[in-house]
Amino acid sequence: MRNSFVGSPVERREDLRFVRGRGQYVDDLNPDGLLHAVILRSSFAHGRIRSIDASATVKLAGVHAVITARDMPGGPPRIPMRLQPLPEFMPFEQGVIADTKVRYVGEPIAVVVATSVAVGEDALDHIVVDIEPLPAVSDCETSAAGDRLLFEQQGANCAMTFTAECGDADAAFKAAAYVRREKFRTGRHFGLTLEPRGVMAEWDAATGRLTVSGAAKVPFFNRRVLAEQMGLPEDSIAMIENDVGGGFGARGEFYPEDFLIPFAARYTGRPVKWIEDRRENLMAMNHARQAQVEVEIACAHDGTILALRGHAHVDMGAYMRTNGAVAARNIAQFMAGPYRIPNIRVKSSLWMTNKTPVGTYRGPGRFETDFFRERLLDMVAKDLRLDRVELRRRNLIPASHMPYPLPAIAPFPASDEIDSGDYRATLDRCLEEFGWADKAKLAGKLIDGRFHGLAVGCFIEGGAAGPKETARLEINPDGSVAVFIGSSAVGQGVETVFAQIAADALEIPMDRISGVHHGSTAYVSDGYGAYHSRSVVMGGSALLDATKNLHNLIRTAAAKRFGCLPSEIKISEDGIVGPHGSSARFADFAGLTAEGAFLNKKHTYTFGAHAAHVTVDARIGRIEIIDYLAVTDCGRIINPMTVRGQVIGSLVQGLGGALLEDLKYDKDGQLLTGSLADYLLPSASDFPNLRAVVTEMFPSPINPLGAKGAGEGGIISAGGVVANAVANALGAFGVEPRELPLTPQRVWEMVEAGRLAT
Amino acid sequence: MKLPAFDYACPATLAEALALLASRDDAKALAGGQSLVPMMAFRIASPSLLVDLRRLSDLRKIAIDTSGVRLGAMVRWRDIEDDARLNGAHPLLKAAVSHVAHYQIRNRGTVGGSIAHADPAAEMPGIAVTCDADIAVTGTRGARVICADDFFIAPLMTALAADEIITEIRLPAWPPRRRWGFREFSRRRGDFALAAAAVFFDVDDAGKAYNAHIGAIGVGDRPARLPAAEAEVNGQVVDIAISERAGRAASASVDPQSDIHASGAYRKSLIGTMVERALQSAAGMSAL
Repeated sequence: MRNSFVGSPVERREDLRFVRGRGQYVDDLNPDGLLHAVILRSSFAHGRIRSIDASATVKLAGVHAVITARDMPGGPPRIPMRLQPLPEFMPFEQGVIADTKVRYVGEPIAVVVATSVAVGEDALDHIVVDIEPLPAVSDCETSAAGDRLLFEQQGANCAMTFTAECGDADAAFKAAAYVRREKFRTGRHFGLTLEPRGVMAEWDAATGRLTVSGAAKVPFFNRRVLAEQMGLPEDSIAMIENDVGGGFGARGEFYPEDFLIPFAARYTGRPVKWIEDRRENLMAMNHARQAQVEVEIACAHDGTILALRGHAHVDMGAYMRTNGAVAARNIAQFMAGPYRIPNIRVKSSLWMTNKTPVGTYRGPGRFETDFFRERLLDMVAKDLRLDRVELRRRNLIPASHMPYPLPAIAPFPASDEIDSGDYRATLDRCLEEFGWADKAKLAGKLIDGRFHGLAVGCFIEGGAAGPKETARLEINPDGSVAVFIGSSAVGQGVETVFAQIAADALEIPMDRISGVHHGSTAYVSDGYGAYHSRSVVMGGSALLDATKNLHNLIRTAAAKRFGCLPSEIKISEDGIVGPHGSSARFADFAGLTAEGAFLNKKHTYTFGAHAAHVTVDARIGRIEIIDYLAVTDCGRIINPMTVRGQVIGSLVQGLGGALLEDLKYDKDGQLLTGSLADYLLPSASDFPNLRAVVTEMFPSPINPLGAKGAGEGGIISAGGVVANAVANALGAFGVEPRELPLTPQRVWEMVEAGRLAT
Repeated sequence: MKLPAFDYACPATLAEALALLASRDDAKALAGGQSLVPMMAFRIASPSLLVDLRRLSDLRKIAIDTSGVRLGAMVRWRDIEDDARLNGAHPLLKAAVSHVAHYQIRNRGTVGGSIAHADPAAEMPGIAVTCDADIAVTGTRGARVICADDFFIAPLMTALAADEIITEIRLPAWPPRRRWGFREFSRRRGDFALAAAAVFFDVDDAGKAYNAHIGAIGVGDRPARLPAAEAEVNGQVVDIAISERAGRAASASVDPQSDIHASGAYRKSLIGTMVERALQSAAGMSAL
């Protein structure tokens, strides 16, 4: 049987569980004897801890323990960087609990373990903490001034400067006919998950085994970190992945609580659970996005881009967290995006500030840098009186230049190239599907009190990060096959797409894939998880390898049974057939299991174009999305329905970042947006007019599936395209957005400034 | 985000409720809880006793007669939305209530709760002030009636004594030919207003407006009528020019504070636009 589950819009297998309310989240776990942890968090942005007195607290009814840095022999362990683990970053890594200083509002100071969360929260009021407040560093400028240091022994607040480079930017600028310099900023957002984080840890003193539920994204890496911190052998820790309500890059990284809760379980000898509440979530989960840049572009008169030069400054928050450097690095390396720019030098500096530390959030660095670049391109088009579409088409990397090398990045160099694609094809498809030629006539028009604006932009999306993924197949007693995979589920639909891939590879019906078991450390020998849009490409490719290995095992076993050569065995949906009428069923080989792996040093590059039609009520600054189309080519499509879902979902998040979301701090480093009444998320009714077209014109040449990572593309273009559409709508007022989010107030201010100028 | 410990009572009569409320200095009436309970979860408020008014069925009635509309304090937003009589009896109230929060909140939040909470950006206090409503309250020392303009003092501060309960909001009768408009701008639908305008006026045989009432929401520390804007409307045929003049007068007569949601200058501009558009809508012109 030749299956074709891959490529079909198979409904998500996991949805039935979720819509029936039968998902199992970490907060659903309530083992006997469970205690609850609540965390005392710093209310100061910056200060020196003089003393912590919990003597009255431990005596309260229902309180079992209060844990502070003093309870950790040898001091609180640090959380190591997972990505770009450069030695320069080590002094800026976060300890699991504040010891001598606090550096952001929300930093853990003490853990109360109590019979209920309510009792624990009441107990927090009884802990007496004496902190000597220090002046706070609340933005990059203050950080760069250098008179207030987060880490005194470092002597400066700059953790690193990355440089992305190719060609000779300075020479190109000297010779260029046209140069434009601009400054842009993006707001502070984060990958807010509907279900906040949670950890539940159980310690078995008799066997010395630790079980940690609530693991996500990278359970194997986190197990290595936790084993080291707890002084336990790795194989005595089981990390269990439960259902999760969203990942977005933020959930599943190693946070302080990922140590504190297992530590509390061992300390008390009881199972301990901690569920982040929304207020904590806004100040404890990784922040992202806040960057500013001064950037220059050099072009020939015909709009050919000659060079890009600039310096970005990224507001890192108080510590270098596990993947904290990724966005800053990407801002530099991907500023050119899908365009052929022969000379580039872009620096990106990482500034420590007294705010919640940053980490990756869907499209890290790419959302920011695409906003900078796409804004710049529309300004260039206006200056040079060129058509915006033509300017882009002229500068897109031609298909004939693939694979195309990315600019070199340093430090932590990794040579990288774009694998395949025809960027003009997706741009043209986008314009055609969108009806650009007709709609563009509305540009700048005032109709019924609203100004209409259009914009189009192009993007690339990296995916499929290595180094490795592991998959295992096992034949069940009933002859069905179970899939075990090192990839993690954070909402992408992996239980469905891996079943599709496995069914096709094994050439059996999908209902004979009994289940896809993902994430938890018990399932495969080694796993790398879900980040950088890697799960399907890496796990799926490993699954193909596991299939080959399982078939070999079946052939060997069957050959032995039938007394023939393995090469004489035929495996089909109906069973296993040997020579001379001999046959067997899959069930006859129950228990056979084979692991497979896929190793990869390269990345896939999904690409596409977005177009938007907006209206602006200039009197009040209100923006409405009338139509928004994302065209994405992501190589071989496993499931067009789930890919479209990914594009629309990430597009909504992108529009949230473009229009609504902003984590605000005051000068003292106090978080001003401490609830969802103040941090505005898009809701289901805010953006009804979004469309996604996914194509598979260019399979990736670097993996056997031909698939490319596709979880992030929707978010990447949103800021730049919406801002360009607003500029287009408000051309009469000379409005040029340079800062996100485009709040109504900002739009109104730009319009008013334009009214005064004319 | 767990509530601090508190006692809870759910009396069956107003007299019991009043006695309970008077029994402790920090007792609070619970009338839907859509503002109070989140404040308790954030530990901004920590009353030791909550007196739940949900069983007081007398307070859940909407009465309509020649004297006007009387809304029991425990009438929910949902009850107003569902009451077709109000389409004619008080269309401005109905329009304003459609902007209150989201379905789930409109199913629980009450008129009296909102009036007692006195958020300057909330719709109901704005309607009460704009329409010269009377607020009927009862305490252990007796009943009294406070006009809305005297009732609201400052953000979350009212003339209601700690041991009093609001029983009714009385909106004066609404003549059938009255012209009205309501415009609100919030970041997302259901969010608190950055600015909102509630307006109505009556029209004489010559088509000229009189009895203009223009109320501003979200641009001061309490809702307020704007006499300077009303003066631009009274005695005039309301057209584009008049609405613009009234809008400018509205902007000029407020001095809103800046907060993380909007600057004072932006709010000042917004209220002018909202008044202008509400007046245009009232006059039957197409308006955003």
